[in-house]
Amino acid sequence: MLNIQNLHVTTEGKDILKGINLLIKPGEVHAIMGPNGAGKTTLAMSLMGNPNYQFKMQNAKFKINDKNMFKLTPEERARAGLFVSFQHPVSVIGVSVLAFLRTAYKALHPQKPIKLSEFKETVKKSLLQVGLPEDFMQRSINEGFSGGEKKRMEIVQLLVLKPRYAILDEIDSGLDIDSLRIIAKAVAKIVKKQKMGILLITHYQRILHYLKPDFVHVLKEGKIAASDGMALVTKIERKGYATI
Amino acid sequence: MQQFDLSGYEFGFHDNIKPVFATKKGLTKKTVEEISNIKNEPQWMQDFRLRALDIFFAKKMPMWGSDLSRINFDNIYYYVKPTDKQGRTWDEVPIEIKNTFEKIGIPQAERKFLAGVGAQYDSEVIYHSISKMLSKKGVIFVDTDTAIQKYPELVKQYFGKVIPAADNKFAALNSAVWSGGSFIYVPKGVRVDLPLQAYFRINARNMGQFERTLIIADEGSYVSYIEGCTAPIFTTNSLHAAVVEIIVKKGARVRYTTVQNWSKNVYNLVTKRMFIEEEGFGEWIDGNLGSQLTMKYPSVYLKGRKARGEVLSLAFAGKGQHQDAGGKAIHLAPETSSVITSKSVSKDGGRTSYRGMLKVVKGAENSKSTVRCDALILDDKSRADTYPTMDIDEERVTIGHEASVSKIGEEQLFYFQSRGISQVLAEVMIVNGFVEPIVRELPMEYAVELNRLIQLEMTGAVG
Repeated sequence: MLNIQNLHVTTEGKDILKGINLLIKPGEVHAIMGPNGAGKTTLAMSLMGNPNYQFKMQNAKFKINDKNMFKLTPEERARAGLFVSFQHPVSVIGVSVLAFLRTAYKALHPQKPIKLSEFKETVKKSLLQVGLPEDFMQRSINEGFSGGEKKRMEIVQLLVLKPRYAILDEIDSGLDIDSLRIIAKAVAKIVKKQKMGILLITHYQRILHYLKPDFVHVLKEGKIAASDGMALVTKIERKGYATI
Repeated sequence: MQQFDLSGYEFGFHDNIKPVFATKKGLTKKTVEEISNIKNEPQWMQDFRLRALDIFFAKKMPMWGSDLSRINFDNIYYYVKPTDKQGRTWDEVPIEIKNTFEKIGIPQAERKFLAGVGAQYDSEVIYHSISKMLSKKGVIFVDTDTAIQKYPELVKQYFGKVIPAADNKFAALNSAVWSGGSFIYVPKGVRVDLPLQAYFRINARNMGQFERTLIIADEGSYVSYIEGCTAPIFTTNSLHAAVVEIIVKKGARVRYTTVQNWSKNVYNLVTKRMFIEEEGFGEWIDGNLGSQLTMKYPSVYLKGRKARGEVLSLAFAGKGQHQDAGGKAIHLAPETSSVITSKSVSKDGGRTSYRGMLKVVKGAENSKSTVRCDALILDDKSRADTYPTMDIDEERVTIGHEASVSKIGEEQLFYFQSRGISQVLAEVMIVNGFVEPIVRELPMEYAVELNRLIQLEMTGAVG
């Protein structure tokens, strides 16, 4: 399981997260909601090991299956099974989607080698699953992609790379309702199949109707202000974050 | 790659001229006469050399570009008969060169050749079958020394016409002491479908320090020529000053591809120029790795209506290296078009400069030119500059110029790392992606070797 206890994170000298506790078991979907500036992206980036965010490690825990993540580099965290989808993924000219995914897959699953032809088939399926054409495989990663295509490409990576735990950071922003449904469905399917644990960071309730969370947390001012099931979402819908 | 039997062939060359010969170090009139005499050249060539020598002495060192003051012209052998190159032994070849051969998988026999150790592999066999096919079509493909003997009139007509000895100090030097290089003549309307590779005749005398290449593509013909290879070329001589002259006649097309990786003690100062006539199309693809300093600006002179020229330049500068590269396009006729694309990568304190010249003369109306130079800097110690020059005397032209300097961003690296890819491998992928538009123009085997070589330069290992 993914176990976070008393997580404090600073960036640019400011304390952003002030004691977060989270326990995510395989196959569970946790949603984190919260107003702007609550620290949602900080949570995603710091867990993945972005060097611009610093942990306070005293009395804190961040473990995946009892393996301490704090001291690991981002790539080591990825190899331990962690994945994050980016709000604004970078583009890289001349590195094809296929080459990128293939290199990543080899790094993440050295014990499960897969033939190129088979791998291509997997990538193709995943592309089609999120409604992207097959020829995206040969395009430079994210280069010239629309906002929505970039989001879908993040999900393609999730589907192909099969992490144990995935943090999806505002995967729903900038997507129309049809795209949202397609993506949510694809994620729900792999959660079930792979027993993947999901931390879904979002502003909007919409996606939660398609990707039903087991737990909903509200992040406010760097702390989890409330945790509950879908009932919490209804409450936020009615009254906003202020009362929580 | 085919393996060749080396037994009984240790001394390589099929030359009939027996005496082993090298001129004394240093450059005098006598040296030049000796070179010409040993080659048994016609008088006009000897005169050409001697005139060039005077020009060389008279011309000052270029004061722009990079520091050339450490070149010691008195400490260079200007002519070594090929058989004399056997003198070096494998033990004298630096360990890093040997390691590189090992890592990029150069066959044993080739390694020795590339390192300048005598043993040759017998590419003559391949060369002969190709040359048979070529001669049926009337194509001439020989080393330039042979061309002087066999086709003196043809050579005389074009030699030094594209790049006169007085063009620059190093062109003058080459004109005085040149040896080897390729001579190609493609008759009217003939298409040579297979790229001609200097590689095939690696044991002919084409890979010298002062080689001289001359290509004439007659009207409506096509030829693609590839020189060099990505393996490091080891030489104890620290100066490489070549001249490449190309004439693309009406409606003809020539593509000239170079990938060079000189050892890191070499000053690589090469003059390359194409004259392109009406509706002709000439392309330079020029990849420079290695060397201490490279100064090379392949040029296209667009002399006839609708002539087209393209320069693709790629440079990689590591520790202690300066790659001063780019291209020149000179529009001399209406409706001509040119494209110059330059990509450079600098790392570990290496330095790249893009130096370009675009000139459009009065009357070359409706001409088009696009210049694009991109530099990628891998760390704070490294440097990239651009020195574009434009001289446009005609109003009715379309000119585009774009330049970018970028660093590999933290964000990019983090993205790769978050997918399990190490920082070093991420850098390799980003660099290979950056150079891809040029690499894809190379023949497959060169492209693969070049990518592996970049990986080697970046990581010290091939994964």
